[in-house]
Amino acid sequence: MDTDPHIPRAAIIRDRIQEAPTVFTLRLEPEGDTSVPFRFTPGQFNMVGVMGLGEVPLSIVSDPSDLDFFDHTVRIVGRVTGAMARMGPGDRVSIRGPFGNGWPMDATRGRDIVLVSGGLGCAPLVSVVNYVVRRREDFGALTVLHGVKNPRDLFWKERFSRLNGIGGTRVFLTSDTGGSGWEGAVGPVTNLIENISVTKKTTAKICGPEPMMIATVRKLLDQGLAEEDLWVSLERNMQCAAGFCGHCQLGEMFVCKSGPVFRYSEIKNRLGIRGL
Amino acid sequence: MTEESRGFLERGRFRELFDRLVLRGYQTMAPVVRDGTILYEEVSGPEDLPRGLRDLQSPGSYRLEAAESGRFFAWANGPQALKPLLFAPREILWETRRESDGALSFSSSTPSPRPLAVIGIRACDLSALALSDRHFGKGPFPDPGYALRRRDLFLVAVDCSHPANTCFCVSTGDGPEAQSGFDLALGELDSGFLVRSGSEKGRELLRELSLPPPEPSMEEALKRQADQARSSQTRRLPSRNLRNALASRPDHPHWNNLAARCLSCGNCTSVCPTCFCFSEREEPALDGHSSLHLREWDSCFTAGHSYIHPGPLRGETRFRYRQWLTHKLDYWHDQYGRSGCVGCGRCLSWCPVGIDFTEDLPLLLGEPDGH
Repeated sequence: MDTDPHIPRAAIIRDRIQEAPTVFTLRLEPEGDTSVPFRFTPGQFNMVGVMGLGEVPLSIVSDPSDLDFFDHTVRIVGRVTGAMARMGPGDRVSIRGPFGNGWPMDATRGRDIVLVSGGLGCAPLVSVVNYVVRRREDFGALTVLHGVKNPRDLFWKERFSRLNGIGGTRVFLTSDTGGSGWEGAVGPVTNLIENISVTKKTTAKICGPEPMMIATVRKLLDQGLAEEDLWVSLERNMQCAAGFCGHCQLGEMFVCKSGPVFRYSEIKNRLGIRGL
Repeated sequence: MTEESRGFLERGRFRELFDRLVLRGYQTMAPVVRDGTILYEEVSGPEDLPRGLRDLQSPGSYRLEAAESGRFFAWANGPQALKPLLFAPREILWETRRESDGALSFSSSTPSPRPLAVIGIRACDLSALALSDRHFGKGPFPDPGYALRRRDLFLVAVDCSHPANTCFCVSTGDGPEAQSGFDLALGELDSGFLVRSGSEKGRELLRELSLPPPEPSMEEALKRQADQARSSQTRRLPSRNLRNALASRPDHPHWNNLAARCLSCGNCTSVCPTCFCFSEREEPALDGHSSLHLREWDSCFTAGHSYIHPGPLRGETRFRYRQWLTHKLDYWHDQYGRSGCVGCGRCLSWCPVGIDFTEDLPLLLGEPDGH
């Protein structure tokens, strides 16, 4: 953490994109003291606040090489995200961050990357997609396995089909329910794992609801992937985001600081336990 | 390591300690009787202390009553530790203002506390303070409010001579005598106090008091008193290190027995000197132009503590009790190098249904069928 976590700074909304009926993306530009540039790695998050209502933790989905702005993709789930949904260009939010460790991008350079995501769990992984696509020659094959409950939950449809056209990049989509006009597979996201072949060069990064992550991990381990090459991003209640308030604790870990991204082998004893 | 100085402060001169602290600019707090318990409040001299009182504590019960003793510290800790003096129960973190052009500005609301001296701190609370320092004082950005209040603290400890029925500091290795982390420590005898220094500023103050050296018989009397305090404690933990002993058995059926009694009220976390959780919220001004961002003590026994859309991760009391106790006795070792329990026994006394986890621990660590 390089910036003071104890005081926010302002950011102005430059753009707002409606992704789905309850999902939108805000493009933000930091204001005030720009001598401290906003730098982050994929998988890190900000505490984004609406004056008078409070803050929510949001993953950064844009690419770290875009120095003038950063993007958050938000689903409306409560008061703060509901208020954000009504904001538009020129409005201001507060920002604290970036927080957390992010995905191991340098450490996985040159490897084949498999991304598995469920629902809006894809937000922390979209930054990885952007990162790899911009530095395509630095990485091996990129495979995106993305599952949604219902076809209407799918957003970034065009982005996903564009990715399929990039060399060495494949996208597989699935929906639990299927439906008319749905071109992807039907069933859980774990069914998509048969589309990949695990090699010694494979690294998997997973994000989504915990049961989905556990099922995905099991299947990938069955396919011969090593625990050390599996990474997951976790979600917990975050308030201070700096390891003080205690809300995000999972076992001995403060997810806001030692996570939200964990190597599977570090976290496996704490996954799949109800109420932990 | 600062060299230790020692001296004998006869009871009639006790006021001089208070006066010296006031002269040095300290706001001086000490135990006083308030609402039927003993709390730390600002005092002007020894006459404010709960002299001639004793406490009766047991799981779910706390009473004060008159005692024969003329001593100032013939009782064990009340509900309040040092915690609220450093980690404020409610604190404004920053204020946001919205200008007419829509721009936002933020001003931090760091307190400017007066240097504070606290008289009468027990060994368990000194250990708890050292643990809080590890939590709030660490990293490149320590907690600002805590750090400011902590900086100018003068701590006068008292060796505990009258542990309560609920105390088990011997078992956790934290008491009954003050070991470290104080500026001055007092050992109380009927005739006065044996004073020893634990820091350079404590040594200076002791020099100003220019006390006679203690007699060997006093040292011996205090040693006997400490031994008695030690042997009077009947409760104990099965081990000082329960790392992975509780976390490895999250499905132990005894958690259900605890949950059946626990009201999930959070009293234990409020009185615990090492519980550090807080929640943050906004308090908007009515005119819509500004808002305060503040924090308040929170408890892992509330539904909101683990809330993440669409509901709390720990919706049931057994998950909350398990989180509290496993964190305290098990995860703390990985987080801060030791157990988070200092044996003060407050969570026993102030539990409205009298849960005594020292009795439950052997059951939680035993085989589920009870053998």
